[in-house]
Amino acid sequence: MNDSSSPEARRCESADSADPPAAFSASRPAVARPISADSDLVISAQAGDHYAFAQLYALHKRRIYSLCLRMVGRVAEAEDLTQEVFLHLHRKITSFRGDSAFSTWLHRLAINVVLMRLRKKTLSLVSLDEVMAPTADDSPGRSFGAADPALAGAIDRLALQRAISELPPGYRLIFILHDVEGFEHNEIASILDCTIGNSKSQLHKARLKLRDALRTDKRQEGRS
Amino acid sequence: MTGDPKQLSCAEFQAQLPELIGAGGDPSTHPHLQHCPLCRALLSDLETIAEAARKLFPSVEPPDELWEQIESAIKREEEQEIHSR
Ligand SMILES: [Zn+2]
Repeated sequence: MNDSSSPEARRCESADSADPPAAFSASRPAVARPISADSDLVISAQAGDHYAFAQLYALHKRRIYSLCLRMVGRVAEAEDLTQEVFLHLHRKITSFRGDSAFSTWLHRLAINVVLMRLRKKTLSLVSLDEVMAPTADDSPGRSFGAADPALAGAIDRLALQRAISELPPGYRLIFILHDVEGFEHNEIASILDCTIGNSKSQLHKARLKLRDALRTDKRQEGRS
Repeated sequence: MTGDPKQLSCAEFQAQLPELIGAGGDPSTHPHLQHCPLCRALLSDLETIAEAARKLFPSVEPPDELWEQIESAIKREEEQEIHSR
C-alpha cells in the first residue's frame, strides 16, 4: 500500500492485518473486529450516508477482493466481482437486520455474487444448496494402495494452483474459506447456511480431491 | 462404534477423519496411525496441502482506482432510480 497516510488506508490495515495461521486446522477468528465500529457505520450507511459506505468499503475491501481473487484466479475478474459485490451491498444494505455479524452477512452476499458469476460461466447450476448437498459420486481418495505415491511433503506451487482451480466451485469455496482464509467450521456453517458436520465433511472431500489430483500429477511425472 | 480403536479398518478410520481433523485436536496421535503407514501418509499429505494452500494465496489489497469505479457505478444507479420514478 502506498498511501498509508490516508485515514481509509490506516483503518483498513488495523482491521485486516495479518494472514491466516500456520498450523493445520487451527484458525484465527477471521471475522473478529470491534462490532461497534461496523454497526455504527452500517446504521449510517443504511440511512444513506455515503461517507459511511466508503468506510465500510475501506474496512472490508481487502477480505472481499482476496476472496474473489482466490475464487476466480484472475485480477481483472476479481476487480469486476468486487465492484459487483459492493454495488450489491449498496442496493441491499437496508435489508441487513443484524441477525449475524455484518462481516458474515457481507461474506455470504459476496459468495452468492461469486457463485452467480461462476454459474453463468460454466453454464452449470451452482447454488449454495447444491454446494453443500452431499452427492453420490463423492468419495475421493477412499481406497488407495501403495502404488499411489504419497506427496511426502513436496508440492509444486503451480500444480496446486491448477488443482484448486479445477475443483468444483463448491469444494473450492469451502477449501478457500477454511484452509486459506482461516474461517472456523461454525463460521462457515453460518456463512453457507449448512451444518458444522456438513462443513467438515465437504472440506475433507475437497482436500482429498486435491490430493488425488496432485498424486495423479506425480504419477504422470514419474512415467514421462 | 468399534470397541478398540486400533482395530479400525482404514475405511472406518478415514470416515472419522473429517471429525478428528475438524475437532481441532491433533489427529496424528490416533491409535490407528500407530500401525497404518497408508493413513499416516494420507494425513501428512492433507496437512501439506493445507499449509501449501495458505502460502499460495496471500491476502491482497484491490487497486485504489477500484473505489472510484464503484462510486461512479453507484451514482449511475442512483440517477437511474431517480429518473425511473
Ligand atoms: Zn489405515
